Amino acid sequence: MSETISTEYLGMPLQVDGLDHSNLAYFKHCAEHAFHLQKCDDCGLFRYPVSEGCSWCGSSNATWTPVEGKGEVHSYTEIHHAIQPAFKDFTPYMVLLVDLDTQKGAPTEHESLRVIGNLVTPDGILAPPEMVASVGIGSRVRMVFTDVTDGLALPQWTIDEAAEQPSQPWRYPVE
Amino acid sequence: MAQIDQLDPELGASLREKYAVVGVGETEYLRGSGTTTRAMAVTAVRNAMADAGLGPGEVDGMLSYSGGDSTLSTFVSADLGIRLNFYMDVNGGGSSTEALVGIAMGVIEAGMCQTVAIFRSMNGHSQTRIGGTGVRAAAPVVGEFLHERSYGWQSAGQKFALAFMRHMYDYGTTPEQVAHVKVAHSNHASNNPKAYYKNRVTVEDVINSRIICKPLHLLDCCVETDNATAIIVTSAERARNMKQIPALIRGVVGRVSKPRADLYYEAGPISTVAGHYAGPRLWRNAGVGPEDIDLTGSYDAFTFTTMLQLEDYGFCKKGEGGDYVSNGTTFLGGARPNNTSGGHLCEGYTHGIAMVVENVRQLRHEADDSCPIGPDGKRQHTYDYSIGGCRQVKDAELSANLGWATPGTGSALVMRRGV
Repeated sequence: MSETISTEYLGMPLQVDGLDHSNLAYFKHCAEHAFHLQKCDDCGLFRYPVSEGCSWCGSSNATWTPVEGKGEVHSYTEIHHAIQPAFKDFTPYMVLLVDLDTQKGAPTEHESLRVIGNLVTPDGILAPPEMVASVGIGSRVRMVFTDVTDGLALPQWTIDEAAEQPSQPWRYPVE
Repeated sequence: MAQIDQLDPELGASLREKYAVVGVGETEYLRGSGTTTRAMAVTAVRNAMADAGLGPGEVDGMLSYSGGDSTLSTFVSADLGIRLNFYMDVNGGGSSTEALVGIAMGVIEAGMCQTVAIFRSMNGHSQTRIGGTGVRAAAPVVGEFLHERSYGWQSAGQKFALAFMRHMYDYGTTPEQVAHVKVAHSNHASNNPKAYYKNRVTVEDVINSRIICKPLHLLDCCVETDNATAIIVTSAERARNMKQIPALIRGVVGRVSKPRADLYYEAGPISTVAGHYAGPRLWRNAGVGPEDIDLTGSYDAFTFTTMLQLEDYGFCKKGEGGDYVSNGTTFLGGARPNNTSGGHLCEGYTHGIAMVVENVRQLRHEADDSCPIGPDGKRQHTYDYSIGGCRQVKDAELSANLGWATPGTGSALVMRRGV
């Protein structure tokens, strides 16, 4: 059995149980700033987040495989009233649901490999208000990491400066 | 073997109108009940038994649902002098009620017991906050929650918002259209003496209220309250000799889910909800369609949940939910009013069971509004829906309850007025 990771992030206690081999592997790759997901050995599809079987075909055979952290915002919420005390100093903050370029439109046109994360600065800090106001559905983003402790970093999203951005990403019409 | 998604049209009819809801009861809707979930549950079940005219020897089954924030059937039955032949306390919030009605029918059908009381008791404001603040926000982040709460993505509003936002993007749904859900329910609540919020609001009030998490303003979100609510299910045959006009159960579906019900939005399209899967099974079981329904109880944890479900259960075309909830149909006096009690947005929060209670009363033609009571002891409904007036739907015969757990999971129930 591996050791349990117990740490704090923004004052929140985070814990990865020593029995939880899948989450340990996931966050270890993140800590190395090398995003990996489980790829099904049978149907060949990636899935997100960590799981104990393939949600597309039910197979339990999978291999941790590197995935490029680039994609487009599929949906988002902008949180003005934080529930968790840890986030109250960072409002408004954004939760993004990002369609990765990898596996876009698979297994059907309505699916993609979708990865959650906050909008952050390139060095992994929750984004300031002016950056939040510039992102919406269609924005191009790239993955960065927020380092938390040994063996644990959180995958996050920042604006992809090198990509071509939509002239006006779709944003909720009331500010 | 046939795929499960291919519905056999012959199935589902065998229990149609064989069971009924015969009693309903609740406590007051409060913030600060000043008492325990056990005491409230006892009151609600006792009220439902009195409503049905049943004594302790005539109820022998009990079901409840909670999220580790409530009492158990063992205590509540003991406090009411009931000896149980069956009970279960299940883990669940929204959309549990309709699913438990189906379970109650199944256990009675199996001969396991005869008459089942179903309750939900919660101090949703004064003890365990439903919005996730307090004790739930302070718990350590472990397991699956590392991929959720670590991102400040925890409360129901925060989790569901991604589906709501994408619906606006996909179909052009506007904030003003969706705000009409709150307007309608607040109009209804103004005619419900027991509602926590009885004030009528406007579209502007909703849009100008502060943003909680886009696209949700404060007034797009339901109220948190302390209360217990109960219903009693038995066979239609037994119901014939009971006190009230029974609400006959035409059809029920429980906890029907989209692929990947785990709420990471991996299966799409994400602006479609579980009703897309539940609807065909519900209408097949009930032997009626959405066009036959006189009033709905579409779960309103948020304004958007009401709209998305009405759309995906087929009350309008896909993508036209914004128009459906804002064109007058769902208001009292409209063709198919929704949540005539004011629902969770205004009456109080019960994880859905109160919306079943309301429809049972509507089908009896006994909505508990402020209309005068006649010499026969029955309310003389005026059908004047102005403030403080009537909230009875004229000639209500068929109702549908659409329960919501998440965008990925829902339950539903069709009831018909018995004789």
